[in-house]
Amino acid sequence: MIPSGATAIVGAAESTEIGAVPNMSSVGLAIDAAANAMSDAGIAASDIDGFTCGYFPVADMSRQLGIFPKWADNTVVGGCSWFFQLRNAVAAIHAGYCHTVLIVYGESGKSTRGLGQSFDAGQRGGTGQQFDMLYSGGQAAATFTLPVLRYQREYGLSDEELAVGAVSQRQWATEVPRATLREPTSVEEVLNSPMIAWPIRRAMCCLVSDAGGAIIVTSADRAKDYPKPPVYILGSGGALEAGVMSPGGVREPLRPEFIRTSGEAAFASSGITHEDIDHLMIYDAFIHTPIFGLEGLGFVNYGEGGHFIAEGHTAPGGKLPMNTSGGGLSYAHTGAYGMLCMLESIRQVRGEAANQVADVEIALCHGWGGYWSACSTLVFGASAP
Amino acid sequence: MPHPLVPVPTPETQPFWDGCQEGILRINKCLTCGSAYFPPSPICPECSSTDVEYFDASGDATLYSYTIQQKPFFLWGSEGPRSVALVKLAEGPMLTSSIVNCEQTPEALQLDMPLRATFVPFDEITVLCFEPAEQQS
Repeated sequence: MIPSGATAIVGAAESTEIGAVPNMSSVGLAIDAAANAMSDAGIAASDIDGFTCGYFPVADMSRQLGIFPKWADNTVVGGCSWFFQLRNAVAAIHAGYCHTVLIVYGESGKSTRGLGQSFDAGQRGGTGQQFDMLYSGGQAAATFTLPVLRYQREYGLSDEELAVGAVSQRQWATEVPRATLREPTSVEEVLNSPMIAWPIRRAMCCLVSDAGGAIIVTSADRAKDYPKPPVYILGSGGALEAGVMSPGGVREPLRPEFIRTSGEAAFASSGITHEDIDHLMIYDAFIHTPIFGLEGLGFVNYGEGGHFIAEGHTAPGGKLPMNTSGGGLSYAHTGAYGMLCMLESIRQVRGEAANQVADVEIALCHGWGGYWSACSTLVFGASAP
Repeated sequence: MPHPLVPVPTPETQPFWDGCQEGILRINKCLTCGSAYFPPSPICPECSSTDVEYFDASGDATLYSYTIQQKPFFLWGSEGPRSVALVKLAEGPMLTSSIVNCEQTPEALQLDMPLRATFVPFDEITVLCFEPAEQQS
């Protein structure tokens, strides 16, 4: 097993602008974020010998940035691709394949809805294209959310209780200058927002935004020489379960095993317990995903996640601060939001978040890919054990 | 060329699509471990056996969960709300589908209600949907 804290993040940045950035392509947003991350780390392309980007042809992007990597990866599993790539980068650095990896992401999700062709879940003859996408046209709000009604009925979670998740995250977002939605909201307002796919209303769905993000990771030894305090990678997990375009392939939809698998690996490899976690990010593509994350990761028992959020425990002042940027619902959501989720965790550990939680020593970040095909869990720490 | 989301069969999935054309729900069964599974595949996801076959399933199912899409995918050719559902087949597999031939309302669509397979036109092909089991066809 890779020792906890063997690697650390030494550069991390978003694109200069996020939200609506019509003058930049997905590639442009990625390059902007990469430049910002290199500046944050105080290095140039020549200092980087490992590269991964996911949604673009990896060689096109590395060449454009002037990086000539000895190691490359392009694992694409949807919105948590960058979680998987960071895990792979940690392993590659530990194995000695390279010493410093740049992970790059950009998506003009709002202005051009344009991604590279390397992630085409709807390719003709593919499983999703043949058996899942025709029913909803592939609409995430109608398909990714399919387990919600079952959860509500099984565990007695009312629409009002479900809606609290959006209100809590907006409470966080009101204090975040870069958040897209900063006006306080209410359960009534959430439940009066337009119906998209009953029982899912618009305020329960993520935003559609433009943004880029980039992360630079290196060995713990090297990390000490960088300008910013290192954010150590203490542990990680990851797992796949359903096909890409429907949660129908999850064997127990109310107790998804892939979440448990990813979480258990992250806790075991980092050697921490739930009580050690000061700050939590759970990718919120829709209002229900943090509920399933809280349960699958073991913060609460099955059936308790919805009520836990409804009781305010994840909101400002709660015992488990979660999605403190405002998340996909209020901060920004590009399409594959995982990178932005990781960057908020990193900012919190560095102590430079807009909504800084006091004394964040350990932060856990959990992301999803596809409509429940993948997930990954990362544990970041301010110090190595 | 048809719309990109009109399903394109592969040699491995062709018997399922031929079944839709004939009005029969044809899915896979493993001859080694006996599992019925979906989507179609030449390998059993339970035991990795490639000794698998297609069989005519009962078409009986229950409604596991669903949403009601307010603006349906335009290829369905109707404006009204349309269900997207997780349906559990009597033989075991869960699949994604729509419930048709009933009101598209929370009142008409009750969890665990019995369903049966029905086959409906979609663009230029015929696809699998489900309808309430008590419905006269």
